[in-house]
Amino acid sequence: MKPEPTHQQRKEAGALASQARRKFLNRIAAAAGGAGALALGSLFAMPPAAARPAQALRPPGALPEAEFAGACLRCGLCVQACPYGTLRLATPGDGLATGTRVFTARNVPCEMCEDIPCIKACPSSALDHRLTEINNARMGLAVLIDHESCLNFLGLRCDVCYRVCPVIDQAITLEKLHNPRSDRHALLLPTVHADHCTGCGKCEKACVLPTPAIKVLPRPLAQGALPEQYRKGWEEKERHGGSLIGEQVQMPVRGLEDKAPGDTRLNSDWKP
Amino acid sequence: MTPGREAIRSKGWWAAQRWLLLRRASQLLVLSLFLSGPWFGLWIAKGNLASSLTFDLLPLSDPFVLLQSLAAGFMPALSGLLGAALVLVAYNLIGGRVFCAWVCPVNAVTDSAAWLRRRLAIKTGRVPDAATRYWLLGAVFGLAALSGSLVWETVNPVHLLQRSLIQGLAGALAGGMTMTLSVLLLVFLYDLLVASRGWCGHLCPMGAFYGLLGPKGLLRVAASQRAACNDCMDCFAVCPEPQVIRPALKQDGQVSPVILDRDCTACGRCIDVCAKNVFNFTHRFDQRSDS
Repeated sequence: MKPEPTHQQRKEAGALASQARRKFLNRIAAAAGGAGALALGSLFAMPPAAARPAQALRPPGALPEAEFAGACLRCGLCVQACPYGTLRLATPGDGLATGTRVFTARNVPCEMCEDIPCIKACPSSALDHRLTEINNARMGLAVLIDHESCLNFLGLRCDVCYRVCPVIDQAITLEKLHNPRSDRHALLLPTVHADHCTGCGKCEKACVLPTPAIKVLPRPLAQGALPEQYRKGWEEKERHGGSLIGEQVQMPVRGLEDKAPGDTRLNSDWKP
Repeated sequence: MTPGREAIRSKGWWAAQRWLLLRRASQLLVLSLFLSGPWFGLWIAKGNLASSLTFDLLPLSDPFVLLQSLAAGFMPALSGLLGAALVLVAYNLIGGRVFCAWVCPVNAVTDSAAWLRRRLAIKTGRVPDAATRYWLLGAVFGLAALSGSLVWETVNPVHLLQRSLIQGLAGALAGGMTMTLSVLLLVFLYDLLVASRGWCGHLCPMGAFYGLLGPKGLLRVAASQRAACNDCMDCFAVCPEPQVIRPALKQDGQVSPVILDRDCTACGRCIDVCAKNVFNFTHRFDQRSDS
């Protein structure tokens, strides 16, 4: 039988064990601390999704920006699959997650290939593989952002953005308005319809101005939204085949009794 | 004396550099498979090491990146999952860290740093605990899960370097290269001045991941002629993971002459620098030994 350890031996063994324990804990703390510091460093190198610059557009079918950086594997297969060299890698200067894919419409817009090779090439869910009809892509939204230099707004017939639009007469229409300046001509205003615009950027690319008046922006930046409860009376009326609150009584307006309802033009002999 | 000088004298220059040169050739070959497309229009492998498609047929994906994406909460497409499964099976068979020595482009950078550190006889610095890489690996997946984004891929030198070479040169050069060069410079200086073999052997979470992924690979280095060892220590000097040699060479806790530690990258540099031909490439179950 082993002899019982003396008090002194026990104390020494305890001191040794506590020393070893301290060393072990120190080691773990250093390893975990170092790892944590490195990991946090990588976090600082990562630009936040909200900082995406307005003119960096994502490929067709791209997930919303906040999710894109988590799903994209940064392999570049979509870049190499694009036959027009539209897509490129985001670099740290772009303020985007490095290595994810973007395009700049003014440089090379999306040509909207019918077979969407970029989505087919994607090994991740960053590009939605369920998108098979390119006209349903929503890469951004064209906005005629500068009404002061757009030639059509000046009363000229440029129409280039309208003509190049792959979804012509749906995504961009020309809306005829009276030209108050000449008082005898029409203004044909290029008007973008968010329901149909894919954000391909061909309008921005084709704008004849040195700096385009029409620009494609990420949808969250460009698009407003009506409140949930909002209903357009004229649409509801048409849907129900008549007014929901009964026919309205047209009251005559004092001083305009001889005019048709809604005609508010004053007689030439009118004096205030 | 410089490690390997004795080997060059007794075996000849080629035999004393063979595996190093073959390894560089392998690393360059992998890179050139990706580069021939963008540079010469000859498409062999598309994409990069994160995910690729070879001959428009064979999908391969890095399970390390894919798992980060899964941790971030995203299910990859079928081709991505299939590619990762193929890579997983392959490295499980041959040994996970074979990637580090034979494929990873950063290996040339850290090998150069280690070479220069030996050349300049730099002894400064402090080596972190080898377990740091596992903590970092955990932190990488944890960060991905918390942020819903591939945070580590912003700085991962392996993919940064490959991506910059394959896709960066074609497109916007300046920004992408700055990040890559600064990260690589940090890794180089760290290995040169602070910790010998610090990055690949102690910190890199990708290496740690591949080590865990294929810990029992078939391709192994063995000290079959260990009786001939003259304790010159050259193999320890050049080994990126020196702790793996001793059990096999000195029969410390194991009988087999095969280096069984999962950290061994099967780089074969010990075979090169050994003047006594102690080491050789073999399979895991080779028990032949002269002692």
